[in-house]
Amino acid sequence: MTVQNRRQFLASSAGLVIGVALPLKGRAQSGAAAALGDGTIAEGAFAPNAFIRIAPDNTVTVLCKHIEFGQGPYTGLATLVAEELDADWSQMRVESAPANDELYKNLAFGLQGTGGSTAMANSFMQMRQAGAAARTMLVSAAADRWGVDPSTVSVEKGVVSDGSNSATFGELADAAAEARVPVEPAVKNPSEFTLIGTDVPKVDSQAKSNGTAMFTMDVYRDGMETVVTRRPSVIGATVASYDDSAALEVPGVTAVRQIPQGIAVYATSTYAALKGREALRVEWDMSNAETRSSDEIFADFREMANSQGTVVEETGDSAGAIEGAETVLEATFEFPFLAHAPMEPLDAVIEVTDGAAEVWMGAQFPTADKGVITQTLGLNPEDVTMNVMLAGGSFGRRAQPTAHIGAEIAEIAKAAGGNGSWKLVWTREDDLTGAYYRPITVHKMRGGIDAEGNIVGWEDRVVNQSITAGTPFDQGGADPTSFEGSTKMPYDLPNVTVDWVKADMPVPVLWWRSVGHTHTAYATEVFLDELLEAAGKDPVQGRLDLIKDEAGRDRGVLERVAELAGWDGQRVKGDRAYGVAVHESFSSYVAQIVEVSDQGGMPKVHKVWCAIDCGVAVNPNVIRAQIEGGVGYGLGTALFNALELGEGGEVRQKNFDTYRMLRISEMPDVEVAIIESEMDPTGVGEPGTPPIAPAVANAWRALKGESPRRLPFKQAGV
Amino acid sequence: MRKLAMILAVVAAPATAETVNGLKTADEFDGIEAEDERSVALFEEVLKVVEHPRCLNCHPKGDTPLQGDDMQPHQPPVVRGANNFGAPGMQCTTCHGAENVAFTTGEGSIPGHEPWHLAPKSMAWVGLSGAEICAQLKDPERNGDRDLAAIHEHMAEDGLVGWGWHPGEGREPAPGSQEVFGELVKAWIDTGAACPTGS
Amino acid sequence: MAKLTVNGEEVTLDVPEDTPLLWALRDEMRLTGTKFGCGIAQCGACTVMVDGMPRRSCVTPVGSIDGGFVETIEAMEGPEAEAVQNAWTNIDVPQCGWCQSGQVMSATALLRMNRVPTDEDIDNAMAGNICRCATYVRIRRAIHDAAETLEG
Repeated sequence: MTVQNRRQFLASSAGLVIGVALPLKGRAQSGAAAALGDGTIAEGAFAPNAFIRIAPDNTVTVLCKHIEFGQGPYTGLATLVAEELDADWSQMRVESAPANDELYKNLAFGLQGTGGSTAMANSFMQMRQAGAAARTMLVSAAADRWGVDPSTVSVEKGVVSDGSNSATFGELADAAAEARVPVEPAVKNPSEFTLIGTDVPKVDSQAKSNGTAMFTMDVYRDGMETVVTRRPSVIGATVASYDDSAALEVPGVTAVRQIPQGIAVYATSTYAALKGREALRVEWDMSNAETRSSDEIFADFREMANSQGTVVEETGDSAGAIEGAETVLEATFEFPFLAHAPMEPLDAVIEVTDGAAEVWMGAQFPTADKGVITQTLGLNPEDVTMNVMLAGGSFGRRAQPTAHIGAEIAEIAKAAGGNGSWKLVWTREDDLTGAYYRPITVHKMRGGIDAEGNIVGWEDRVVNQSITAGTPFDQGGADPTSFEGSTKMPYDLPNVTVDWVKADMPVPVLWWRSVGHTHTAYATEVFLDELLEAAGKDPVQGRLDLIKDEAGRDRGVLERVAELAGWDGQRVKGDRAYGVAVHESFSSYVAQIVEVSDQGGMPKVHKVWCAIDCGVAVNPNVIRAQIEGGVGYGLGTALFNALELGEGGEVRQKNFDTYRMLRISEMPDVEVAIIESEMDPTGVGEPGTPPIAPAVANAWRALKGESPRRLPFKQAGV
Repeated sequence: MRKLAMILAVVAAPATAETVNGLKTADEFDGIEAEDERSVALFEEVLKVVEHPRCLNCHPKGDTPLQGDDMQPHQPPVVRGANNFGAPGMQCTTCHGAENVAFTTGEGSIPGHEPWHLAPKSMAWVGLSGAEICAQLKDPERNGDRDLAAIHEHMAEDGLVGWGWHPGEGREPAPGSQEVFGELVKAWIDTGAACPTGS
Repeated sequence: MAKLTVNGEEVTLDVPEDTPLLWALRDEMRLTGTKFGCGIAQCGACTVMVDGMPRRSCVTPVGSIDGGFVETIEAMEGPEAEAVQNAWTNIDVPQCGWCQSGQVMSATALLRMNRVPTDEDIDNAMAGNICRCATYVRIRRAIHDAAETLEG
């Protein structure tokens, strides 16, 4: 996600901001591993700011304002603090910050949230300054205690000393709490970094390898009931009537209630809740439902692509240039709905006690969820406590401007009434049929080449829904998340028109790992590759010749990946073919070269070489992991995934048997080169994903003569 | 004319012979005079079961079973392993229990039987013609060193074969019943176990 | 009413016999390391050991394993489990972590049966465990690392 507008967001979400100065109450869950904090604040702890707690036992706990779902902010933000604090890595602990926009806003958004691959970028200076402030206070306390000048006191690996005296952070915690808080603490020069730029071990790996890591679904409260909700299988349908008599007969089912989201079944166990839901009989009102099939929607979009939309980028006269061109290529690319399918299905836990509520969920915009919960239950903001839990993946799914999971768990508590605790569980079927998809998109492309093989004109018309329309992120006008990546290409093309045709339909859509780049990278990098091929040019050198002077970082990653892969201009060697793509997203630059063969009519990807420029590499190991994962996520999707609406709008793919995930046997080897840089760090969670599909499609064309016009490669069979 | 033919067919069939769930009974072939011809006709009927997805899916060509009525490659991807019980770390029993188990979150079920395994590679049926399947069935080199009586026993008595008629929600059962199928196989053997011609 | 031995302790489960082992472990015994991912034996997140062999607990009714021995991630012991978990931590395999209990169970089962697995052996054993974060490159490497540790 890329867009934000705090004013509008606040305006539309009453009761969002709370005025707590410092969080004193965190989550108290047993079983968390050592590196993950348990939410308790030790007596005598030194809290120099909202991000750091130093306990008398010498542990340093970082309160991470970003949700951890695998992309590494717990480790990354703790690294920034430890670096400036000169802490020893073994004393660092991390836990989740509570919901509080004032203290924990994403500096890129203006409200608390994770997304757009911004965690490291917006925290880089903030967390370093937090660490530097704590260090200054510890030094000051030590200097006072020893009666020496602070300038003679140094800190190394968690030990404060002046040559003759030394003390741990824990020993100084009490005294440091009395020290003056520095206003603008100086941070290190990058040349002084000892942790930043190294493969600091991740804080959550152990707990995630032995089953002790606590996620939302793992929260159990005394007397808690599990709730599953029957939602419509056709998007936009609503409940007309229902019969719960059989459901209430199921042992363990305690209640059935209609809530705005559907019919909620309450039970003493998950199994009973599921059996109860199975026994429900529901009649649906289809009057506001999307009853077209995906094929019908594609046909409508292709028709819409015949008329000009809102021009979002224009240079020169593309129509005239293409008309006068020696060779004209046209292509229409079609991209299906996609589900995010995080491994932990959506869930939430709420406990209501005498006018106060405590909530546990993998909330990506925790203050938005808190706002809707507060409103729904009619509580005071200070009486609602949000525990942002580790989440089993998101890929955008939990970044919910509508806060629909917060809303659902609140409605469940409200419908039950009184005190109690409830856990909402979505099944995989609920997840895949529950909308909030990557929007169906059509790109209609035209390009012209002159007699010398130069690209003289380029047109890209994008047809899709807006992701931000109607949400607090709506900026009015054209929605960049619909076409980002089709605009601002790194290539020096003389006549360019990019326009956007906005489609409206009742299917909720959402940002999906790399958002608009999921389709724009494919459309632009495949079409460009085809133009270069038609002009008789090498895919790598052809691109390098076109890259603008000011696009040096695109050039840098392309040159680096060509070197890494040993690119020699041969697109086919024996049964193997090679393809390339380069794409910037979220201010990080990524180029990939792939090695592909034909395995029974489907691409088998053997190897992916990747170069990334994401500024300062805070933790190269985490960056490599995110690229490996981003490649696998994008590859599996390009090969197998379409979330299809069938006849009448019924979702066809309901579980992993038909919505097929990449498996280990299909995962290529991935080799990553990180460009050395002193630029501020930029995102790594999403940018690895966009280039893989076009790179594979370009290799496939070298082998088979054409790149797919509609993804996925395997047209889904149900 | 068509109506007349149907009436004649009904009249010609003996009173006990009644097609069961899409599979003719052995008696229904009594009208075929030539024993050899009758044997071939019986085998063609046997093939309705043998070539049904319930049977073919676990008599695959190669090392990967198929699944579903549309005979797609098994998901998750699995291999037969050394003893047709799957690979170390992911054997058939990792997912398949002693009985079919209905899914709790949606429609359908996971099939189960004790034991659950693939037919040996030599007994692959997928891609073979009826004549080829017939020849393979009778070949002790490929049929697990079975004589015809043992073949009959496998078809008529084996529990995993019998699962084909009780495959659980979401899968079409094989035609007929194991009893009718067993009788067809016996009648085929008793009439000389003739094979269809052609490849 | 099913009787099981779970992580060395005898338990009597007062739940319907068709209750999937997954939900009995989680809801009744609070053994939350075993995860729910799909409910149809496609993803492997719910893998536990039953009588020493890996089993998808989401499609295993408790009544079908009456008297059985169940081992979950919380009680994984022995040289293979230790080698696997150490390798997992050393090269930071997990990302979101939701699938990793199941991955660790399958990898341990593989190494208990095959101390020196090839890439193909790993693919065959692990193909039933989906990782949506696609940590597969590291899973493969970690299993090789664990195998090396076990070989000494």
